Amino acid sequence: MTERLFDGADWDFITLQRIHDACEDVARNELGLDTYINQIEVITAEQMLDAYSSVGMPLFYKHWSFGKHFAFHEASYRKGLMGLAYEIVINSSPCISYLMEENTATMQTLVIAHAAFGHNHFFKNNYLFKQWTDAEGILDYLEFAKRYVKSCEERYGHVAVEHTLDAAHALMSHGVDRYPGKKNLDLREEEKRAGQRRLHEEAAFNDLWRTVPSGPAKSRKTLSIERRRKLLGLPQENLLYFLEKSAPRLAPWQRELLRIVRHIAQYFYPQSQTKVMNEGTATYVHYRIMNRLHKRGKISDGNFLEFLQSHTNVVFQPEFDDPRFSGFNPYALGFAMMQDIERIVSDPTDEDREWFPDIAGTRDVEDVLRGIWANYRDESFIGQFLSPSLIRQLRLFHLHDNPEERAGIRVDAIHDERGYRRVRRELAKQYDVGYIDPNIEVVDVDLAGDRRLMLRHHVVKGAQLAETDAKRVLQHLADLWSYDVSLQEVDSNDKVLKEYVLNPRIQPVAA
Amino acid sequence: MAFHVIDRRLNPGGKSLENRQRFLRRAKAQVQSAVKKSSQDRDIKDVLEGGEVSIALDGMDEPRFRREGGTRDMVLPGNKKFVEGDILPRSGEGGGKKSQPGQGDSEDAFRFVLSREEFVNLFLDDLELPDLAKRKLAEAESQGLQRAGYATSGSPANISISRTVSRALARRVALRRPRRETIAALEAELAECEDDERRAQLEAEIAVLKAKAKRIPFIDPIDIRYRRFETIPKPVAQAVMFCLMDVSGSMSEHMKDLAKRFYMLLYVFLKRRYRHVEIVFIRHTDRAEEVDEQTFFYGPASGGTLVSSALQTMNDIVRSRFRPSDWNIYAAQASDGDNSISDSEAVSRLLTGAILPVCQFFAYLEVGEAGGYSFEMPDSSLWSLYERLRGNGAELSMRKVRDRSEIFPVFHDLFQRRANQEKAS
Repeated sequence: MTERLFDGADWDFITLQRIHDACEDVARNELGLDTYINQIEVITAEQMLDAYSSVGMPLFYKHWSFGKHFAFHEASYRKGLMGLAYEIVINSSPCISYLMEENTATMQTLVIAHAAFGHNHFFKNNYLFKQWTDAEGILDYLEFAKRYVKSCEERYGHVAVEHTLDAAHALMSHGVDRYPGKKNLDLREEEKRAGQRRLHEEAAFNDLWRTVPSGPAKSRKTLSIERRRKLLGLPQENLLYFLEKSAPRLAPWQRELLRIVRHIAQYFYPQSQTKVMNEGTATYVHYRIMNRLHKRGKISDGNFLEFLQSHTNVVFQPEFDDPRFSGFNPYALGFAMMQDIERIVSDPTDEDREWFPDIAGTRDVEDVLRGIWANYRDESFIGQFLSPSLIRQLRLFHLHDNPEERAGIRVDAIHDERGYRRVRRELAKQYDVGYIDPNIEVVDVDLAGDRRLMLRHHVVKGAQLAETDAKRVLQHLADLWSYDVSLQEVDSNDKVLKEYVLNPRIQPVAA
Repeated sequence: MAFHVIDRRLNPGGKSLENRQRFLRRAKAQVQSAVKKSSQDRDIKDVLEGGEVSIALDGMDEPRFRREGGTRDMVLPGNKKFVEGDILPRSGEGGGKKSQPGQGDSEDAFRFVLSREEFVNLFLDDLELPDLAKRKLAEAESQGLQRAGYATSGSPANISISRTVSRALARRVALRRPRRETIAALEAELAECEDDERRAQLEAEIAVLKAKAKRIPFIDPIDIRYRRFETIPKPVAQAVMFCLMDVSGSMSEHMKDLAKRFYMLLYVFLKRRYRHVEIVFIRHTDRAEEVDEQTFFYGPASGGTLVSSALQTMNDIVRSRFRPSDWNIYAAQASDGDNSISDSEAVSRLLTGAILPVCQFFAYLEVGEAGGYSFEMPDSSLWSLYERLRGNGAELSMRKVRDRSEIFPVFHDLFQRRANQEKAS
C-alpha cells in the first residue's frame, strides 16, 4: 500500500508539492499531457473577489467598471447568493493557478488536477490559443498596460482617460480579428514598440511644424470608392482597429489605449470560443487523475467520496423545465462528450462505427483526445463529435421560435434517427462565434463630404440590435471618431431595416 | 520540472480599492441621493451604520451591441414527451421556462454595500461647520511642545548625551589627544626599561603626552548640546455637545423623536470632525437636571417650563467641567416653544452673557406636532424671544420642524457649505 498524499482536510505547502507531483505523474505518463510550468498561488476570498472584478487577471489597469463589478460580486457573495470559484487559472507561461485558502486538501487536489494540468494543457496545445494569444508575454503586457494607463492619467487627466476607456470597452466585443492572416501577436514586441514610438515622438517634436500654414485641402473627386475603401482597409469588422488606425482626431495616447483594449480583447477571444472544450478537457483530466490517485491508494475512500460529491455538483446539468436551468453547463456538456469519446474509442457500438469511422475502436483514447483538444473549438467539436448516443442520453431537442408563427413554438427535431444531425447542427451553431456576436462592420467613410463613418449590421434571422444599448455604443463610437456615425441594419437582401445616426458630443481637444 | 507555490494571502488587501473609489466617485450623485433617501424613512442610527444602498445605473452602464427578437433556435436537454412537429403554445409556456444562454442579464438597479466610513462621508459630504465656528476653532488652540533639533544652551535636564559625547569624540580625534592606552603602554615600557638613556627619552615622551592630554579635556563645554523644543499651536481635538430639551407635559413623543434625530445627526457630524466627542444631556421642566440618555428621551417628568433653568445648568457644567479653551462647545436646544413670559429676562441674560460667547454653535430647534407645514407654525414665545436676540446680534441658529422627513433638510440647511445666512444677519 502506497503512502497517502494527505489525511483529512488539512494541507500545507509540502502537501501541495506532493499533490502536484502525484498529479503530474499521472498527467504526464498516463495522459501524455504537455503543459507550461505551473505556478500555484494561494489566495484569500477577498483576493479572489479582486481577481473576479478584473476579469481574472492578477494585475490590470484601473477603471471604475472593475470597482462596480467588485461591489456587485461582493454584495452577492456576502449575502450567500454566490459561491466563489475554487480556482482561477491564467493562460500564461508559467501557468498561474489561484487556489482558495479555504479549500480542503481534497479540493486542492481536484483543482490542481483541473487547472494546473487540464486547463494548462489546453492553453498550451489548442490551435486557437496558439494562434491568438501569447502566453509568454501576457503578464508583462498587462503590467505595461497598467503603467501606461496610469501615466496617461497623470498627463492627460482622469476624465479624458476614463472617457476613452469607456468607449473602448463598449466596443471591446468588436475589437477582435476573427480571421488569422496578420502576423501572430507578440506582446513583448508590442510593449517595446509603444515605448519606442513615444521616444521617437518626443525626440522628433518640433514646434515649427505646428505653425506651418496649411492651404485649403485639395479636393480630389477622382478618389474612387474602390480606391478609398482599399486605402482604409474596408470593409473592416474590427472596429477598434479601424479607429486606432483611421480615426482622424485621436491623440496618440488615445490610439495606444484603444490598442491595449484591443489586445486584451483578442487575448480573451479564444476563451469565449472554447468554453465547452476547455472545461470539458479540464474536468475529464481531473476525473482521470483523481480516479488514478484513488486506485493507487494515494487518496482515502472518504476523501474520494468528497471529491465525487463536488465533481457531481460541477457536472450537474438541469433539464430545460427545471427552475435551475439556465442553458447548457459547459462543464457537464464537455465532460459528457469527452467520456463519450472515450467510450467510442475503446468500446464502440455499431452505431458509433457508422458515425465515427475514424476514431471508433482505435483503442488509444489519450491520443485521440489529445488530437481533438489541439484542433477544435466548441462549434467544430460539437459539430463533429456529439454522438447519437449522447443526444439520446441528454434527450436533446430543438425548438424553433418564429415570432411570425402565431400558433407557437415548433419542435423541430428530437433525439431520434431523423433528428440527430439537425440537433447536432443547431447545437453547434449556438457555439458559433459568427452567430454569438452581431455582425457589424465599417463599410465606408465619406472622406470628401462630412467625414461620416458608415457601419452596417447584417441582420441574421431577424434579430436586430437592442436600441438603447446600440445608441449608447454608437455614441461612444462617434466620440472617438469625432464626426457623425451612422449604422444601417440590413437583412440578407440588403434591405435597410433601421438606421441610426449619432453626432459626437463636443470634443474640447483641438485637432 | 520546476514548480512554485506562492503564498499570496499576506499580500496587502484592498487591491481594488482604487477601482471602488473611482466607481463611487462616478456614482456619487446617485449614491448620495440614495443615502439621503434612506435616511428619511429609516432609523438614523441604523442608517449611519453604513449598509446596503440601491442605485439606478444611470450613466453607469457598460453598453455593448446586443441583439434581441427575431427567429430563435434553441437546443435544450431533457425532452420528456415532445415529438418532432409538435407546436407549443407560446403563452402557456408549454415548453417550460425558456431562458436563452449567453444573454447578459442587465442590472437596472444595482445594490451594494457601503462601509460606515463611506456612508457617513457621502451622507455629510456637502456639509461644513459654519464659518462662525471655524473662526473660533482657529483661535481655540492650546500650546504643545515639539522636538526641534539641538541647541548650544538649555537646561541641564535637556542635555543630549549621545550628541555631546559624539561631538567630544570628534574633537578629541581631530586634536589628536593622546589615548590613555598609549600612555599606559609607555609607562609599562618605562617600568621594565634598564637603559638610562631610553628611560629619559620615555619619561620625556610621557610628560609631553600627559601635558597634552591635560590641555585637551575629555569633554569640553563647547561639546555640550541640548535638545531643543518648540512650542506649537495644537488645535483642540475634542468637543462637547449639550443637548437641551424641554420635557414638560406639552412635549409629545413625536416631538421628542424629532429632537432625538437632530441630536444624532449633530453627534455623527461632530464625531467626524473631532477625535473625542462628549455628550451632556440636560432636560428641564421648571427645574433642570443632567441625566443619562435613557432618562433624557424616555424618563417621565412633569411640571411647568423655565428655559433659563436649563441654560443655568449648562453654564454651571461648562464652568466646572469643560473649560472653553480646551473644548469646542456645541449646544442644541429643542423645545415646543412654551416658556413663561417672566423667564425671558433671565434667558436673554444667560444666553448673551454667558453661553453664546463660549459656544461654537448654538442651535434652537422648535418642534411641532406632525401634519401641516413647519412654516405655518405660529411663532411661540421662545421663538419670538430668540428672534429678538438674533436681531440684536446674537449668533443663534434656529429652525422649525414638524415632520421626520424635515430633519435632514433642516440639518443640512444649518451646516451647508456656503456662507451662512445666520452670519449675514
